[in-house]
Amino acid sequence: MKSAVIVFPGSNCDRDMQVALREVTGKEPQMVWHGDSQMPNVDLIAIPGGFSYGDYLRCGAMAANSPIMKEIVKQANEGVAVLGVCNGFQVLTECGLLPGALMRNASLRFVCKDVHLTVENNTTAFTSNYQQNEPILVSVAHGDGNFFAEPETLNKIEGDGQVAFRYCNADGELVARANPNGSVNAIAGIFNEQRNVLGMMPHPERHSDKAIGGTDGGRLFESLMGALS
Amino acid sequence: MTTYHPEITAEIVAEHGLSVEEYKLACEIMDRAPNLLELGIFSVMWSEHCSYKSSKKWLKTLPTEGPQVIQGPGENAGVVDIGDGDAVIFKIESHNHPSFIEPYQGAATGVGGILRDVFTMGARPIANLNALRFGDPDHPKTRHLLSGVVAGIGGYGNCVGVPTVGGETNFDPAYNGNILVNAMNVGVAKTDKIFYSAAGGIGNSVVYVGSKTGRDGIHGATMASAEFDDASEAKRPTVQVGDPFTEKLLIEACLEIMSGDSIVAIQDMGAAGLCSSSFEMASKGGTGVELDLSTVPCRETGMTPYEMMLSESQERMLMVLKPGREAEAQAIFEKWELDFAVVGTITDTGRMVLKFEGETVGDLPIDPLALASPEYDRPWHEIEMPAAVSIEPDGNVKALDVLKSMMGSPDLASRRWIWEQYDSTVMADTMQKSGGDAAVVRVHGTDKALAMTTDCTPRYCYAHPETGGAQAVAEAYRNLIASGAKPLAATNNLNFGNPEKPEIMGQIVGCVKGIGAACEALDMPIVSGNVSLYNETDGKAILPTPVIGGIGLMKDSAAMCRIGHKEEGLDLVVLGSCTGHLQQSLFAKQVLSNQEGQPPTIDLEKEEATGRLVLSLIENEMVEACHDISDGGLIVSVTEMAMAHGIGAELNIAESELGQLFGEDQARYVLATNDSESILLAAEIAEVEATIIGKTKGDALTLTSGASISLSELSAAHEAWMPGFMEAPVSREA
Repeated sequence: MKSAVIVFPGSNCDRDMQVALREVTGKEPQMVWHGDSQMPNVDLIAIPGGFSYGDYLRCGAMAANSPIMKEIVKQANEGVAVLGVCNGFQVLTECGLLPGALMRNASLRFVCKDVHLTVENNTTAFTSNYQQNEPILVSVAHGDGNFFAEPETLNKIEGDGQVAFRYCNADGELVARANPNGSVNAIAGIFNEQRNVLGMMPHPERHSDKAIGGTDGGRLFESLMGALS
Repeated sequence: MTTYHPEITAEIVAEHGLSVEEYKLACEIMDRAPNLLELGIFSVMWSEHCSYKSSKKWLKTLPTEGPQVIQGPGENAGVVDIGDGDAVIFKIESHNHPSFIEPYQGAATGVGGILRDVFTMGARPIANLNALRFGDPDHPKTRHLLSGVVAGIGGYGNCVGVPTVGGETNFDPAYNGNILVNAMNVGVAKTDKIFYSAAGGIGNSVVYVGSKTGRDGIHGATMASAEFDDASEAKRPTVQVGDPFTEKLLIEACLEIMSGDSIVAIQDMGAAGLCSSSFEMASKGGTGVELDLSTVPCRETGMTPYEMMLSESQERMLMVLKPGREAEAQAIFEKWELDFAVVGTITDTGRMVLKFEGETVGDLPIDPLALASPEYDRPWHEIEMPAAVSIEPDGNVKALDVLKSMMGSPDLASRRWIWEQYDSTVMADTMQKSGGDAAVVRVHGTDKALAMTTDCTPRYCYAHPETGGAQAVAEAYRNLIASGAKPLAATNNLNFGNPEKPEIMGQIVGCVKGIGAACEALDMPIVSGNVSLYNETDGKAILPTPVIGGIGLMKDSAAMCRIGHKEEGLDLVVLGSCTGHLQQSLFAKQVLSNQEGQPPTIDLEKEEATGRLVLSLIENEMVEACHDISDGGLIVSVTEMAMAHGIGAELNIAESELGQLFGEDQARYVLATNDSESILLAAEIAEVEATIIGKTKGDALTLTSGASISLSELSAAHEAWMPGFMEAPVSREA
């Protein structure tokens, strides 16, 4: 599996994503600078977390208009796998590859903690190494992760099985306390209709190493490795 | 020069914080009266903040050397060897005054400043820590200050993508008018790629990079060197505004240019901005410097040379480049969308010459100004060890009820509400974050890890400064040991009141003596630091607060130890001896409202021997969990160990043995182990007292009398206080 990691000014999880992809695929991912208008030919495009352009406008809004994004949208529409994590998820909603929006956390505070997610759909390239409904441990770190979609869009996302992950407790139960940011229906990540684009607030790349937090996040990259190699 | 040369009156001199004697000295050095710009430069260079004029005499007594030390105090940050060609670069710095005036920006720019001190030297920053002190929780400003400071630390650190992994937060009415915000940063570099600030190479270009210069923060260093009064709110415009996005770009651009060889010297523009950075670079290099201020990138039009030299706009750096390397450097900074300007040259005149629009607007001799920087031997009173008092609660005290109220008190309650606002896991190398003894961060791409901690117990320092100073070092040492790291070195942040008062100067002298003795005995040289004085409002000083930032090395991070035991049936062993010392303890404070008497004795030999033993036990994998004993005594340590995984303990201590339970005797650790026999034997050989005090068991803490309290009850009290405090509705009466 060949992969690329997009680097915007202000990206700060680009190295973490690079390391996780390198460890799982055994190949060096290509780091692509935001100003480039050419995308290398890869199987997976990863948009990492961070504060692209300082998030001084709406999170992800500036990055969604940077030169490289036109090319990413085009490739996504041609079926190339695209993963957006945290700020990357915000960029994907801002550029229209994913529905909905990420609002300020309900607490109005930044939140960094370990969370559990249920795997809502394990039939995709991103999630095939998980059991359906299995609770997995990853971490969140964001100020604007409160997923929202208006009822019509939400019904479609839910009805089509586009929900990838929901926040849950360690036993996999959807309890209010487990939702770190107030996301509607406890949604932590969603697919596009074709299931080749995944956006998620939690950071699988920070849970890809036994010495650091565990390996539940790494299984997402292993799923991709299986599907795209 | 007439434009910038208004009559210097006594008022103007006083406004610049210079005494009459200091002004006379300035005139002697200049051989004429300085103009306003020059006066401004004297003012900041001789401010307490930049010159350490009150503390220098005592700081010189601290141990700063050792085979592990590559660079001690005097540079932007300290540098210590961690083997394999790697070095750790770190420093702690205060942003107390600005944070009280404007908590969000004050704290944010504190983080930004300390980050720059570290990456200026060639390191990639890998961790942020902090040490915070606030006033009484009931004081009407406390919540506002706490929420602003925490949001500011998070807002900056989270955006630059450097994890905030540890720290401490405490409350005391003595900080009502002067909060403390001390920020520490730790970075890692290659030992052959360390950058220094001494200018060199006559004719080399002086280059300005980063953000534009604005009118913010003018005279911040002078403000930070004065007491507060009711008018201090009016000083808000002297607080700088941070831009962490630009800082992130500056980190990446600097590390990119540093991977080549075009830089001769580099210095961040911190306190007193362009003035102090250019002055210090020339002073250290024994050169002169000429700046053309017309070329300084400015945020607004019409800025005067005075404003440009004294502005504390953030996210700026000054560099001296090798000849002919300007274009290469410019390309890097332009890629990162940062300003780049050649603003001057290095000269051989030994003078700082400032030009603006073709005119010379300032001309000062560098060495005489630096060497004549005042150094005071301020009068001080020795603070004697107070008389012992007897702490005798009445017979009705129920130890476990006390424990529950202590765990839920402002002194000991969980700080989760704070540290969950900090991104602690970005960079994916955080092995242990807030909530344990030390934070542990892996050295990227290796099996090594660095342990780090910030510590100080101000009530001990107030009772007896020398003991308190030593205790701060000892506690940092213990926290590093308990995580399985060998303590390497330390940085200090000395926060005190007005040094012109002999009793405050006595606190400074006492604490520095204690720190010096402990650093010597525990082999933790001080390699960097910061002094913050005049933390007083309307004549009331803070508690003496000499914060120690300790760094330790774990050669094999797989041996790392945590505070929580994960199974039942382990023996709990205390290493170190207990006399049941309750004076100056949290128990005495909370149960008896007694804050008198002597702090616990610091026996540095014992401290070292016990620490060495614990480290060897951890390295030999004989320890399942380890926690040091500090605030609140043994029972609090055991409670924290038990709460980590919800596995309780049965202790062979009676409820009536309050000294055993709550005593704060030093040099002690609790270990959970399945090999207590070997540990007792090793302790006997090392001549360290060792006692089996109980076993891990169940989901409660139980004492010999059968008294018992469930962990869920303790955890609930522990976790409830801070969210309840911070999120309670605002009282209209306040």
